[in-house]
Amino acid sequence: MKMEVVSNPASARKLSDLRPGEEGIVRNVHADTPIAQRLLDLGLLPETPIRALRRAPLGDPTVFEFRGYRLCLRQAEADQIEIDETPKSADQEPARHA
Amino acid sequence: MSEAALPEHGETLRIGLIGSPNSGKTTLFNAITGLRAKIGNYPGVTVERREGLAHLGKRTANLIDLPGTYSLSPLSPDEAVVGDVLRGEVEGLGPPHALLVVADACSLERSLLLIGQVLRLGRPTCLALTMMDELKARGGSLDLSRLEAALGIPIIPVVGHRGKGIAALREQLAQPENWSAPPIEPPESAQERAQWAASILSVCLRTRPGHHAITERIDRVILHPFWGSLIFLAVMLTFFQLIFAWAQPAMDLIDTGIGWASDAVRLNLAPGLFTDFLADGLIAGVGSVVIFLPQIVLLFSLLYLLEDLGYMARAAFVVDRAMARAGLEGRAFVAMLSSFACAVPGIMATRSIPSPRDRLVTILVAPLMTCSARLPVYALLIAAFVPDQKVLGPIGLQGLVLLSLYLAAPVAALSVAAVLRQTLLTGDSLPFSLELPSYRLPGLRLWLTQIWSSTSAFLRRAGGIILLVTVLLWVLLTFPRATPPPDLSPDREAAYALEHSAAGQMGHFIEPAIAPLGFDWKIGVGLVASLAAREVIVATLGQIYAASAPGVPLREAIRNDVNPQTGQKIFSPPTVAALLVFFIFALLCTSTLAIMVRETNSWRWPAFAFFYMLALAYGFSWIAHTVTAAIIRA
Repeated sequence: MKMEVVSNPASARKLSDLRPGEEGIVRNVHADTPIAQRLLDLGLLPETPIRALRRAPLGDPTVFEFRGYRLCLRQAEADQIEIDETPKSADQEPARHA
Repeated sequence: MSEAALPEHGETLRIGLIGSPNSGKTTLFNAITGLRAKIGNYPGVTVERREGLAHLGKRTANLIDLPGTYSLSPLSPDEAVVGDVLRGEVEGLGPPHALLVVADACSLERSLLLIGQVLRLGRPTCLALTMMDELKARGGSLDLSRLEAALGIPIIPVVGHRGKGIAALREQLAQPENWSAPPIEPPESAQERAQWAASILSVCLRTRPGHHAITERIDRVILHPFWGSLIFLAVMLTFFQLIFAWAQPAMDLIDTGIGWASDAVRLNLAPGLFTDFLADGLIAGVGSVVIFLPQIVLLFSLLYLLEDLGYMARAAFVVDRAMARAGLEGRAFVAMLSSFACAVPGIMATRSIPSPRDRLVTILVAPLMTCSARLPVYALLIAAFVPDQKVLGPIGLQGLVLLSLYLAAPVAALSVAAVLRQTLLTGDSLPFSLELPSYRLPGLRLWLTQIWSSTSAFLRRAGGIILLVTVLLWVLLTFPRATPPPDLSPDREAAYALEHSAAGQMGHFIEPAIAPLGFDWKIGVGLVASLAAREVIVATLGQIYAASAPGVPLREAIRNDVNPQTGQKIFSPPTVAALLVFFIFALLCTSTLAIMVRETNSWRWPAFAFFYMLALAYGFSWIAHTVTAAIIRA
């Protein structure tokens, strides 16, 4: 597993920071062992591309799309997942190097 | 290793069915086994145990439906069941000889993580790929022969609800001896397994499926902050209204039928103890089980319809934040709402909650919701004692009292849930996660099978206890048989027998304990009898008062009843207030306790629920009595 992605802390964000429509790539899960394990089981492994789709009417939880399915996570869990941002689409800004 | 695991000659083949939630596992199980499923509980946990016989040509296999899971690494005792079954550590159930993994072709990227874990078990394994039709519709393309080669195991594409591929799957299941084994074992660490999965996908996934266009379009409305909330309220209101309104005629019909049956027994048999037992004990007992069927069938019809369509997960998503305040989660909402009709189906509906903790808290507070059995009690007391006057335009005082009784329920339930979360049932090992499946038109067969299996589960698992306790209560209300003094009218005779029965004596016995609430022994007998079901108190009071005031409607009779010692009215405003409040809280319902025993797989939690609700009922009744008395004095 190559982990050179860790180098730039400026681009490091939490999954909960993603606004609907924004995309990112999972970098790491910072959680207590059982919770981290469950999030890994659900497919939130490093280098997984992930997209925020929608927030619930009351602001929480949020639906994310990754690995071919849609999963809702509460902010409490999304806070513990570190991601690298990817530009929303190519025409907005040139690809940034993480 | 795989050869050694296969059954000896003549032994039934055991096949374990593994898959994640929403993979179509249940549809497949039903398609292979038909209606021959055996449903029970695994010892010590609340997980449903389902097995079914599959006739595969010359061979018969026992298909073991393992609980849906995203991983084989358990985080709770409930999840540990999968591993226990696989290792053959469940009593009376040998380890599966072969495994059938079910995976959704559209989310193969995630399913491969589980498939990798299963392959590491080294048992003969076969993969059923569901939703191939959806994959195609979303423009995806999968090279099955390459996937078969990469994984090294047989793969059968199926569309479960249309029966496509089932014949091929049956044929495959009959011969696990011939299944190929994976060339290399998938790696152990999750991280490396993800890379293994990615490398497999890179060879066999020709085109990644796009978004499900219909789902995207529907979700734009269903999950819209404004329209989504409005639709949620509309769906839930309709759901609730249908359970209430549509079940009522059927329940009335059953009531009439039961009454007709016991009348027929009385007409055709000589009067005596046996006739009484048949008419009032056994038939009434059967009736108290059957009376639940309309609500249960209706609730599960609607529930599974919304679930299979894909709406239920969306509803949980919309309401999750509100439920989180009380330490519950979105999926608990439906159970709570259903409990407004009846706690029995409500508690059965908690099965959709994956976290055992969340589920237990929901089960423990569901009986606080205002079920329809409280309505006759509220109706009697309100009609008798709340003046029929208008307060605000067309809104009457009686309606307002009823409304506040209804509103008290969710407040009480959510408060208790929050308290339980802070005290007895703190912490949670499982993070909240909820998958939003694509919208689908449900198959009629699957839908009917689901309704049938829930209904028959209720009959088999709770029916016996309900019947037994109803008969037991009849015994308490009948024995010991006192010989009434001569010249009593039949009405007075019945009341005399009731007062001298064990239940009558219990009423007298608990009178000192309930006197602070203003209740006398007659209400005491009513409370004892209402252990069967809340509304029974109305019938019991009716029986008692028919003696002291024959021919007078119950409403009048309780209004006029006077305590012989003090000359005061028994049903004074403080007593009525106390009795109404008592019924908000008390768990006077055998059927609810029976279903709690089954669903929590213990006697401890139902007992806890009964006593905490009794304590709340007593405490708040006393407060209601004291406060009302103080207001009147002032």
